[in-house]
Amino acid sequence: MTKISMTVNGKSVSAEAEGRTLLSGFLREGLGLTGTHVGCDTSQCGACVVHVNGKPVKSCTVFAHDVAGANVTTIEGMANADGSLGVVQQAFQDHHGLQCGFCTPGMVMSSAALLAENPKPTETEVREYLEGNICRCTGYHNIVKAVLAASGQSVAAE
Amino acid sequence: MYNFEFVKPASIAEATAALESDGAQALSGGQTLLPTMKQRLAAPDVLVSLTGIAEMQGVCLGDVGLHIGAATPHAVVAREAAAHYPALAKLAGGIGDPAVRNRGTIGGSVANNDPAACYPSAVLASGATVVTNRRRIAADDYFQGLFTTALEEGEFITQVLFPIPQKAAYVKFNQPASRFALAAVFVAKFADGVRVAVTGASNGGVFRWAEAEAALSANFSADALAGLSVDADDMISDLHGTAAYRANLVKVLTGRAVSAA
Ligand SMILES: Cc1cc2nc3c(=O)[nH]c(=O)nc-3n(C[C@H](O)[C@H](O)[C@H](O)COP(=O)(O)OP(=O)(O)OC[C@H]3O[C@@H](n4cnc5c(N)ncnc54)[C@H](O)[C@@H]3O)c2cc1C
Ligand code: FES
Ligand code: FES
Repeated sequence: MTKISMTVNGKSVSAEAEGRTLLSGFLREGLGLTGTHVGCDTSQCGACVVHVNGKPVKSCTVFAHDVAGANVTTIEGMANADGSLGVVQQAFQDHHGLQCGFCTPGMVMSSAALLAENPKPTETEVREYLEGNICRCTGYHNIVKAVLAASGQSVAAE
Repeated sequence: MYNFEFVKPASIAEATAALESDGAQALSGGQTLLPTMKQRLAAPDVLVSLTGIAEMQGVCLGDVGLHIGAATPHAVVAREAAAHYPALAKLAGGIGDPAVRNRGTIGGSVANNDPAACYPSAVLASGATVVTNRRRIAADDYFQGLFTTALEEGEFITQVLFPIPQKAAYVKFNQPASRFALAAVFVAKFADGVRVAVTGASNGGVFRWAEAEAALSANFSADALAGLSVDADDMISDLHGTAAYRANLVKVLTGRAVSAA
Protein backbone atom coordinates (compact mmCIF):
# COMPACT_ATOMS: atom_id res chain seq x y z
CA MET A 1 0.00 0.00 0.00
CA THR A 2 1.24 3.45 -0.84
CA LYS A 3 -0.37 6.80 -0.38
CA ILE A 4 -2.11 8.51 -3.30
CA SER A 5 -2.93 12.22 -3.30
CA MET A 6 -5.17 14.00 -5.79
CA THR A 7 -7.71 16.79 -5.94
CA VAL A 8 -11.30 15.55 -5.92
CA ASN A 9 -14.12 18.05 -6.42
CA GLY A 10 -11.77 20.87 -5.53
CA LYS A 11 -10.47 19.34 -2.28
CA SER A 12 -7.03 17.80 -1.72
CA VAL A 13 -7.44 14.20 -0.62
CA SER A 14 -5.09 11.34 0.11
CA ALA A 15 -5.55 7.70 1.01
CA GLU A 16 -3.56 4.46 1.05
CA ALA A 17 -4.12 2.21 -1.95
CA GLU A 18 -2.71 -0.96 -3.50
CA GLY A 19 -1.27 -0.98 -7.01
CA ARG A 20 -4.41 -2.65 -8.31
CA THR A 21 -6.85 -0.14 -6.77
CA LEU A 22 -9.10 1.24 -9.51
CA LEU A 23 -10.01 4.92 -9.57
CA SER A 24 -13.67 3.85 -9.09
CA GLY A 25 -12.72 1.90 -5.94
CA PHE A 26 -10.51 4.70 -4.64
CA LEU A 27 -13.42 7.14 -4.94
CA ARG A 28 -16.12 4.85 -3.59
CA GLU A 29 -14.32 2.85 -0.87
CA GLY A 30 -11.34 5.09 -0.18
CA LEU A 31 -13.19 8.41 -0.08
CA GLY A 32 -16.81 7.31 0.43
CA LEU A 33 -17.94 9.05 -2.78
CA THR A 34 -20.47 6.43 -3.81
CA GLY A 35 -22.19 8.63 -6.40
CA THR A 36 -19.84 7.13 -8.99
CA HIS A 37 -21.55 3.87 -9.93
CA VAL A 38 -19.97 0.64 -11.11
CA GLY A 39 -22.26 -1.09 -13.55
CA CYS A 40 -20.29 -3.50 -15.68
CA ASP A 41 -16.72 -3.12 -14.39
CA THR A 42 -15.61 -4.00 -17.95
CA SER A 43 -15.47 -0.52 -19.58
CA GLN A 44 -18.71 -1.03 -21.52
CA CYS A 45 -21.49 0.84 -19.68
CA GLY A 46 -20.10 4.25 -18.67
CA ALA A 47 -21.89 4.38 -15.28
CA CYS A 48 -18.49 5.07 -13.68
CA VAL A 49 -17.50 8.08 -15.84
CA VAL A 50 -15.70 10.86 -13.95
CA HIS A 51 -13.57 13.74 -15.22
CA VAL A 52 -9.78 13.55 -14.92
CA ASN A 53 -8.25 16.96 -15.62
CA GLY A 54 -11.55 17.90 -17.29
CA LYS A 55 -11.77 14.86 -19.59
CA PRO A 56 -14.32 12.06 -19.15
CA VAL A 57 -12.83 8.61 -18.43
CA LYS A 58 -14.24 5.29 -17.24
CA SER A 59 -13.00 5.16 -13.66
CA CYS A 60 -13.35 1.35 -13.54
CA THR A 61 -10.64 1.17 -16.22
CA VAL A 62 -8.04 3.52 -14.72
CA PHE A 63 -5.64 2.70 -11.88
CA ALA A 64 -5.82 5.23 -9.04
CA HIS A 65 -2.01 5.39 -8.93
CA ASP A 66 -1.88 6.40 -12.60
CA VAL A 67 -3.88 9.57 -11.92
CA ALA A 68 -2.12 10.58 -8.69
CA GLY A 69 -1.86 14.36 -8.61
CA ALA A 70 -4.73 14.83 -11.06
CA ASN A 71 -7.80 16.99 -10.73
CA VAL A 72 -10.82 14.68 -10.54
CA THR A 73 -14.49 15.68 -10.67
CA THR A 74 -17.26 13.25 -9.75
CA ILE A 75 -21.03 13.56 -9.73
CA GLU A 76 -20.78 14.89 -6.15
CA GLY A 77 -18.96 17.88 -7.62
CA MET A 78 -21.70 18.77 -10.11
CA ALA A 79 -24.16 20.52 -7.75
CA ASN A 80 -24.09 24.29 -7.33
CA ALA A 81 -22.30 25.80 -4.32
CA ASP A 82 -25.60 26.16 -2.44
CA GLY A 83 -26.38 22.46 -2.90
CA SER A 84 -29.03 22.94 -5.60
CA LEU A 85 -28.78 20.81 -8.75
CA GLY A 86 -26.36 21.92 -11.47
CA VAL A 87 -27.64 22.81 -14.94
CA VAL A 88 -27.19 19.33 -16.43
CA GLN A 89 -28.61 17.60 -13.36
CA GLN A 90 -31.64 19.90 -13.29
CA ALA A 91 -32.27 19.27 -17.00
CA PHE A 92 -32.23 15.50 -16.39
CA GLN A 93 -34.87 15.98 -13.69
CA ASP A 94 -37.00 18.37 -15.76
CA HIS A 95 -36.98 16.16 -18.86
CA HIS A 96 -37.28 12.78 -17.12
CA GLY A 97 -33.80 11.77 -18.27
CA LEU A 98 -33.71 9.01 -15.67
CA GLN A 99 -35.80 6.19 -14.32
CA CYS A 100 -33.87 3.89 -11.96
CA GLY A 101 -30.99 6.38 -11.95
CA PHE A 102 -28.20 3.83 -12.06
CA CYS A 103 -26.66 5.17 -15.27
CA THR A 104 -27.31 8.81 -14.36
CA PRO A 105 -24.01 9.79 -12.70
CA GLY A 106 -22.10 8.65 -15.78
CA MET A 107 -24.64 10.20 -18.15
CA VAL A 108 -24.40 13.55 -16.37
CA MET A 109 -20.57 13.48 -16.36
CA SER A 110 -20.37 12.57 -20.07
CA SER A 111 -23.01 15.17 -20.96
CA ALA A 112 -21.22 17.90 -19.01
CA ALA A 113 -17.97 17.02 -20.82
CA LEU A 114 -19.74 17.22 -24.18
CA LEU A 115 -21.19 20.65 -23.39
CA ALA A 116 -17.78 21.91 -22.27
CA GLU A 117 -16.33 20.85 -25.66
CA ASN A 118 -19.34 21.70 -27.78
CA PRO A 119 -21.79 24.12 -26.10
CA LYS A 120 -24.56 23.73 -28.73
CA PRO A 121 -24.49 20.11 -29.96
CA THR A 122 -26.97 18.69 -32.44
CA GLU A 123 -29.09 15.70 -31.51
CA THR A 124 -26.77 13.45 -33.55
CA GLU A 125 -23.72 14.82 -31.76
CA VAL A 126 -25.35 14.13 -28.38
CA ARG A 127 -26.16 10.55 -29.37
CA GLU A 128 -22.64 9.97 -30.70
CA TYR A 129 -20.98 11.40 -27.61
CA LEU A 130 -23.07 9.20 -25.33
CA GLU A 131 -22.25 6.03 -27.27
CA GLY A 132 -20.25 4.66 -24.34
CA ASN A 133 -23.01 5.28 -21.78
CA ILE A 134 -25.64 2.57 -21.60
CA CYS A 135 -29.10 3.03 -20.08
CA ARG A 136 -31.41 0.04 -19.57
CA CYS A 137 -34.47 2.13 -18.66
CA THR A 138 -35.15 5.31 -20.55
CA GLY A 139 -34.66 4.40 -24.20
CA TYR A 140 -32.37 7.47 -24.40
CA HIS A 141 -34.87 9.95 -25.90
CA ASN A 142 -35.36 11.91 -22.68
CA ILE A 143 -31.66 11.83 -21.93
CA VAL A 144 -30.94 13.42 -25.31
CA LYS A 145 -33.68 16.00 -24.68
CA ALA A 146 -32.20 16.82 -21.28
CA VAL A 147 -28.76 17.41 -22.76
CA LEU A 148 -30.16 19.62 -25.53
CA ALA A 149 -32.17 21.56 -22.93
CA ALA A 150 -29.08 21.93 -20.70
CA SER A 151 -27.32 23.50 -23.69
CA GLY A 152 -30.03 26.16 -23.81
CA GLN A 153 -31.68 24.82 -26.98
CA SER A 154 -35.44 24.49 -27.04
CA VAL A 155 -36.77 20.94 -27.09
CA ALA A 156 -40.23 19.73 -28.06
CA ALA A 157 -42.67 19.48 -25.15
CA GLU A 158 -43.86 16.01 -24.05
CA MET B 1 -7.21 -8.89 -10.20
CA TYR B 2 -3.90 -9.96 -8.62
CA ASN B 3 -1.93 -7.20 -6.97
CA PHE B 4 1.30 -5.79 -8.44
CA GLU B 5 3.81 -3.05 -7.88
CA PHE B 6 2.97 0.15 -9.77
CA VAL B 7 5.80 2.30 -11.13
CA LYS B 8 5.59 5.44 -13.24
CA PRO B 9 8.92 6.42 -14.80
CA ALA B 10 9.47 9.92 -16.20
CA SER B 11 11.79 9.03 -19.09
CA ILE B 12 12.31 6.36 -21.76
CA ALA B 13 15.62 5.41 -20.10
CA GLU B 14 13.93 4.83 -16.73
CA ALA B 15 11.11 2.84 -18.36
CA THR B 16 13.66 0.68 -20.21
CA ALA B 17 15.33 -0.17 -16.91
CA ALA B 18 12.01 -0.86 -15.16
CA LEU B 19 10.81 -3.16 -17.98
CA GLU B 20 13.96 -5.27 -17.70
CA SER B 21 12.87 -6.70 -14.34
CA ASP B 22 11.23 -10.15 -14.27
CA GLY B 23 7.44 -10.06 -14.57
CA ALA B 24 7.31 -6.40 -15.61
CA GLN B 25 4.76 -5.23 -18.19
CA ALA B 26 4.07 -1.90 -19.89
CA LEU B 27 0.83 -0.04 -19.15
CA SER B 28 -0.33 2.72 -21.47
CA GLY B 29 -4.01 3.76 -21.53
CA GLY B 30 -5.06 0.50 -19.88
CA GLN B 31 -8.21 0.20 -22.01
CA THR B 32 -7.19 -3.28 -23.11
CA LEU B 33 -4.81 -4.32 -20.33
CA LEU B 34 -7.08 -3.54 -17.35
CA PRO B 35 -9.95 -5.74 -18.57
CA THR B 36 -7.37 -8.46 -19.34
CA MET B 37 -5.95 -8.24 -15.82
CA LYS B 38 -9.43 -8.31 -14.28
CA GLN B 39 -9.96 -11.63 -16.06
CA ARG B 40 -6.54 -12.75 -14.77
CA LEU B 41 -5.38 -13.34 -18.33
CA ALA B 42 -2.44 -11.08 -17.49
CA ALA B 43 -0.85 -10.95 -14.04
CA PRO B 44 2.28 -8.78 -14.09
CA ASP B 45 4.39 -8.43 -10.94
CA VAL B 46 5.35 -4.88 -11.86
CA LEU B 47 3.28 -2.56 -14.00
CA VAL B 48 5.25 0.20 -15.70
CA SER B 49 3.04 3.14 -16.67
CA LEU B 50 4.22 4.92 -19.81
CA THR B 51 1.80 7.82 -19.41
CA GLY B 52 4.15 10.05 -17.42
CA ILE B 53 6.89 10.24 -20.07
CA ALA B 54 6.89 13.63 -21.81
CA GLU B 55 9.01 12.33 -24.76
CA MET B 56 6.22 9.86 -25.60
CA GLN B 57 3.39 12.40 -25.78
CA GLY B 58 2.03 14.50 -28.60
CA VAL B 59 1.78 14.95 -32.37
CA CYS B 60 4.32 16.91 -34.43
CA LEU B 61 5.66 17.26 -37.96
CA GLY B 62 9.10 15.73 -38.54
CA ASP B 63 11.37 14.34 -41.27
CA VAL B 64 9.19 11.27 -41.97
CA GLY B 65 5.88 13.18 -41.87
CA LEU B 66 3.59 13.07 -38.86
CA HIS B 67 5.37 11.84 -35.70
CA ILE B 68 3.12 10.62 -32.89
CA GLY B 69 4.32 9.80 -29.37
CA ALA B 70 3.27 6.27 -28.40
CA ALA B 71 1.49 7.39 -25.23
CA THR B 72 -0.66 9.96 -27.06
CA PRO B 73 -4.37 9.27 -26.44
CA HIS B 74 -6.72 8.74 -29.39
CA ALA B 75 -8.61 11.98 -28.57
CA VAL B 76 -5.42 14.03 -28.91
CA VAL B 77 -4.55 12.42 -32.26
CA ALA B 78 -8.11 13.07 -33.46
CA ARG B 79 -7.66 16.76 -32.68
CA GLU B 80 -4.02 17.42 -33.50
CA ALA B 81 -3.58 15.28 -36.63
CA ALA B 82 -6.68 16.77 -38.30
CA ALA B 83 -4.88 19.54 -40.18
CA HIS B 84 -2.01 17.29 -41.38
CA TYR B 85 -3.43 13.81 -41.93
CA PRO B 86 -7.26 13.98 -41.81
CA ALA B 87 -7.85 10.27 -42.52
CA LEU B 88 -5.69 9.32 -39.53
CA ALA B 89 -7.43 11.88 -37.32
CA LYS B 90 -10.81 10.51 -38.37
CA LEU B 91 -9.71 6.96 -37.55
CA ALA B 92 -8.57 8.04 -34.06
CA GLY B 93 -11.83 9.94 -33.49
CA GLY B 94 -13.88 6.83 -34.36
CA ILE B 95 -12.28 4.44 -31.85
CA GLY B 96 -14.67 3.27 -29.12
CA ASP B 97 -16.31 6.22 -27.33
CA PRO B 98 -15.07 9.56 -25.90
CA ALA B 99 -14.03 8.10 -22.53
CA VAL B 100 -12.05 5.29 -24.20
CA ARG B 101 -10.40 7.84 -26.53
CA ASN B 102 -9.25 9.96 -23.58
CA ARG B 103 -7.23 7.04 -22.13
CA GLY B 104 -6.45 4.59 -24.96
CA THR B 105 -3.21 5.30 -26.84
CA ILE B 106 -1.72 4.63 -30.25
CA GLY B 107 1.22 2.73 -28.73
CA GLY B 108 -1.06 0.42 -26.76
CA SER B 109 -3.19 -0.27 -29.80
CA VAL B 110 -0.24 -0.97 -32.12
CA ALA B 111 1.49 -3.12 -29.47
CA ASN B 112 -1.65 -5.14 -28.83
CA ASN B 113 -2.36 -5.77 -32.56
CA ASP B 114 -5.95 -6.86 -31.98
CA PRO B 115 -7.28 -8.27 -35.28
CA ALA B 116 -10.24 -5.85 -35.06
CA ALA B 117 -8.30 -2.74 -34.00
CA CYS B 118 -8.23 0.42 -36.13
CA TYR B 119 -4.66 1.78 -35.87
CA PRO B 120 -2.81 -1.25 -37.31
CA SER B 121 -4.49 -0.59 -40.68
CA ALA B 122 -3.30 3.04 -40.72
CA VAL B 123 0.25 2.04 -39.75
CA LEU B 124 0.40 -0.62 -42.48
CA ALA B 125 -1.33 1.42 -45.22
CA SER B 126 0.85 4.46 -44.52
CA GLY B 127 4.04 2.41 -44.54
CA ALA B 128 4.75 3.93 -41.13
CA THR B 129 7.80 3.27 -38.98
CA VAL B 130 7.38 1.90 -35.46
CA VAL B 131 10.08 3.34 -33.22
CA THR B 132 10.96 1.46 -30.04
CA ASN B 133 13.40 2.02 -27.19
CA ARG B 134 15.83 -0.16 -29.18
CA ARG B 135 15.31 0.29 -32.96
CA ARG B 136 13.07 1.32 -35.87
CA ILE B 137 10.76 -1.26 -37.44
CA ALA B 138 9.06 -0.87 -40.83
CA ALA B 139 5.29 -1.54 -40.73
CA ASP B 140 5.68 -4.39 -43.23
CA ASP B 141 8.00 -6.22 -40.79
CA TYR B 142 6.18 -5.24 -37.62
CA PHE B 143 2.78 -7.00 -37.81
CA GLN B 144 3.17 -10.78 -37.56
CA GLY B 145 -0.38 -12.08 -37.17
CA LEU B 146 -3.11 -12.08 -34.52
CA PHE B 147 -1.87 -10.26 -31.37
CA THR B 148 1.69 -10.90 -32.58
CA THR B 149 4.29 -8.27 -33.44
CA ALA B 150 8.05 -7.89 -33.91
CA LEU B 151 8.37 -6.49 -30.36
CA GLU B 152 10.76 -8.45 -28.15
CA GLU B 153 10.82 -8.97 -24.40
CA GLY B 154 11.35 -5.64 -22.63
CA GLU B 155 11.01 -3.66 -25.87
CA PHE B 156 8.35 -0.94 -26.07
CA ILE B 157 7.07 1.52 -28.67
CA THR B 158 8.08 5.13 -28.13
CA GLN B 159 6.81 6.74 -31.35
CA VAL B 160 5.06 5.98 -34.63
CA LEU B 161 6.21 7.93 -37.71
CA PHE B 162 3.66 8.32 -40.52
CA PRO B 163 4.56 9.41 -44.06
CA ILE B 164 1.67 11.63 -45.19
CA PRO B 165 -0.08 10.35 -48.33
CA GLN B 166 -1.48 12.53 -51.14
CA LYS B 167 -4.93 11.11 -50.51
CA ALA B 168 -6.27 8.67 -47.93
CA ALA B 169 -9.41 7.45 -46.22
CA TYR B 170 -10.42 4.98 -43.54
CA VAL B 171 -13.82 3.34 -43.74
CA LYS B 172 -14.94 1.23 -40.78
CA PHE B 173 -17.96 -1.02 -40.58
CA ASN B 174 -18.76 -1.02 -36.85
CA GLN B 175 -19.62 -4.12 -34.90
CA PRO B 176 -22.40 -2.24 -33.08
CA ALA B 177 -22.03 -3.84 -29.65
CA SER B 178 -18.26 -3.63 -29.22
CA ARG B 179 -17.73 -0.62 -31.52
CA PHE B 180 -14.64 -2.37 -32.90
CA ALA B 181 -14.34 -2.99 -36.66
CA LEU B 182 -16.35 -5.87 -38.14
CA ALA B 183 -14.14 -5.02 -41.09
CA ALA B 184 -12.38 -1.79 -42.00
CA VAL B 185 -10.12 -0.61 -44.80
CA PHE B 186 -7.44 2.09 -44.92
CA VAL B 187 -6.48 3.27 -48.42
CA ALA B 188 -3.46 5.56 -48.88
CA LYS B 189 -2.30 7.00 -52.22
CA PHE B 190 1.37 8.02 -52.44
CA ALA B 191 3.31 9.40 -55.42
CA ASP B 192 4.83 5.92 -55.96
CA GLY B 193 1.66 3.86 -55.56
CA VAL B 194 -1.37 2.94 -53.47
CA ARG B 195 -1.38 0.89 -50.27
CA VAL B 196 -4.53 -0.85 -49.00
CA ALA B 197 -4.65 -2.33 -45.48
CA VAL B 198 -7.55 -4.36 -44.11
CA THR B 199 -8.39 -4.92 -40.43
CA GLY B 200 -11.17 -6.77 -38.62
CA ALA B 201 -11.56 -9.34 -41.36
CA SER B 202 -8.75 -11.88 -41.35
CA ASN B 203 -7.72 -14.68 -38.99
CA GLY B 204 -4.17 -13.54 -39.68
CA GLY B 205 -4.82 -9.99 -38.42
CA VAL B 206 -4.20 -6.82 -40.43
CA PHE B 207 -3.07 -7.45 -44.03
CA ARG B 208 -2.37 -5.67 -47.33
CA TRP B 209 -4.66 -6.43 -50.26
CA ALA B 210 -2.06 -6.66 -53.03
CA GLU B 211 -4.46 -7.03 -56.02
CA ALA B 212 -6.36 -3.90 -55.03
CA GLU B 213 -3.10 -2.01 -54.57
CA ALA B 214 -1.98 -2.90 -58.11
CA ALA B 215 -5.36 -2.02 -59.65
CA LEU B 216 -5.64 1.26 -57.75
CA SER B 217 -2.04 2.27 -58.50
CA ALA B 218 -2.95 2.05 -62.21
CA ASN B 219 -6.35 3.71 -61.84
CA PHE B 220 -7.33 5.35 -58.53
CA SER B 221 -11.08 4.88 -58.78
CA ALA B 222 -13.59 2.50 -57.18
CA ASP B 223 -14.31 1.08 -60.67
CA ALA B 224 -10.78 -0.33 -60.79
CA LEU B 225 -11.88 -2.92 -58.18
CA ALA B 226 -14.75 -4.28 -60.32
CA GLY B 227 -13.13 -7.53 -61.42
CA LEU B 228 -11.41 -8.31 -58.10
CA SER B 229 -12.54 -10.52 -55.26
CA VAL B 230 -11.16 -11.26 -51.82
CA ASP B 231 -10.41 -14.86 -50.89
CA ALA B 232 -12.78 -15.89 -48.07
CA ASP B 233 -10.59 -18.83 -46.97
CA ASP B 234 -8.76 -17.07 -44.18
CA MET B 235 -11.52 -14.63 -43.16
CA ILE B 236 -12.95 -14.50 -39.63
CA SER B 237 -16.31 -16.22 -39.32
CA ASP B 238 -18.41 -15.56 -36.23
CA LEU B 239 -21.99 -14.80 -35.21
CA HIS B 240 -21.60 -11.22 -36.47
CA GLY B 241 -20.66 -12.22 -40.02
CA THR B 242 -19.54 -15.21 -42.06
CA ALA B 243 -16.20 -15.39 -43.87
CA ALA B 244 -17.92 -14.81 -47.24
CA TYR B 245 -19.74 -11.78 -45.82
CA ARG B 246 -16.50 -10.27 -44.53
CA ALA B 247 -14.69 -10.97 -47.82
CA ASN B 248 -17.39 -9.10 -49.71
CA LEU B 249 -17.42 -6.31 -47.12
CA VAL B 250 -13.68 -5.74 -47.64
CA LYS B 251 -14.25 -5.10 -51.34
CA VAL B 252 -17.23 -2.80 -50.71
CA LEU B 253 -15.36 -0.82 -48.03
CA THR B 254 -12.26 -0.49 -50.22
CA GLY B 255 -14.40 1.06 -52.94
CA ARG B 256 -15.98 3.45 -50.44
CA ALA B 257 -12.56 4.42 -49.09
CA VAL B 258 -11.27 5.19 -52.59
CA SER B 259 -14.32 7.36 -53.29
CA ALA B 260 -13.94 9.14 -49.93
CA ALA B 261 -10.17 9.76 -50.29
C1 LIG C 1 -15.37 -0.01 -25.06
C2 LIG C 1 -14.13 -0.07 -25.89
C3 LIG C 1 -14.21 0.12 -27.25
C4 LIG C 1 -13.07 0.08 -28.06
N1 LIG C 1 -13.20 0.26 -29.40
C5 LIG C 1 -12.10 0.21 -30.19
C6 LIG C 1 -12.19 0.43 -31.60
O1 LIG C 1 -13.27 0.70 -32.14
N2 LIG C 1 -11.06 0.35 -32.33
C7 LIG C 1 -9.85 0.10 -31.76
O2 LIG C 1 -8.87 0.08 -32.48
N3 LIG C 1 -9.73 -0.10 -30.44
C8 LIG C 1 -10.82 -0.05 -29.63
N4 LIG C 1 -10.67 -0.24 -28.30
C9 LIG C 1 -9.33 -0.52 -27.75
C10 LIG C 1 -8.62 0.78 -27.39
O3 LIG C 1 -8.27 1.49 -28.57
C11 LIG C 1 -7.36 0.53 -26.57
O4 LIG C 1 -7.06 1.79 -26.06
C12 LIG C 1 -6.16 0.01 -27.29
O5 LIG C 1 -6.37 -1.18 -27.95
C13 LIG C 1 -5.03 -0.29 -26.31
O6 LIG C 1 -4.39 0.89 -26.01
P1 LIG C 1 -4.07 1.26 -24.51
O7 LIG C 1 -3.24 2.49 -24.57
O8 LIG C 1 -5.29 1.33 -23.72
O9 LIG C 1 -3.12 0.05 -24.09
P2 LIG C 1 -3.03 -0.83 -22.77
O10 LIG C 1 -4.33 -1.45 -22.46
O11 LIG C 1 -2.37 -0.05 -21.70
O12 LIG C 1 -2.01 -1.94 -23.28
C14 LIG C 1 -2.36 -2.93 -24.24
C15 LIG C 1 -1.19 -3.89 -24.43
O13 LIG C 1 -0.09 -3.25 -25.06
C16 LIG C 1 1.07 -3.23 -24.22
N5 LIG C 1 1.63 -1.88 -24.39
C17 LIG C 1 1.02 -0.70 -24.10
N6 LIG C 1 1.77 0.33 -24.53
C18 LIG C 1 2.88 -0.19 -25.10
C19 LIG C 1 4.02 0.36 -25.74
N7 LIG C 1 4.18 1.67 -25.86
N8 LIG C 1 4.96 -0.49 -26.21
C20 LIG C 1 4.80 -1.83 -26.09
N9 LIG C 1 3.75 -2.42 -25.50
C21 LIG C 1 2.80 -1.61 -25.00
C22 LIG C 1 0.57 -3.55 -22.82
O14 LIG C 1 1.56 -4.22 -22.07
C23 LIG C 1 -0.61 -4.45 -23.13
O15 LIG C 1 -0.19 -5.75 -23.38
C24 LIG C 1 -11.78 -0.18 -27.47
C25 LIG C 1 -11.70 -0.37 -26.09
C26 LIG C 1 -12.83 -0.31 -25.29
C27 LIG C 1 -12.70 -0.51 -23.82
S1 FES D 1 -18.57 0.34 -14.66
FE1 FES D 1 -17.05 1.35 -15.75
S2 FES D 1 -17.79 1.26 -17.78
FE2 FES D 1 -19.26 0.08 -16.70
S1 FES E 1 -32.17 5.17 -15.77
FE1 FES E 1 -31.97 3.09 -15.29
S2 FES E 1 -30.20 2.56 -16.39
FE2 FES E 1 -30.55 4.54 -17.07
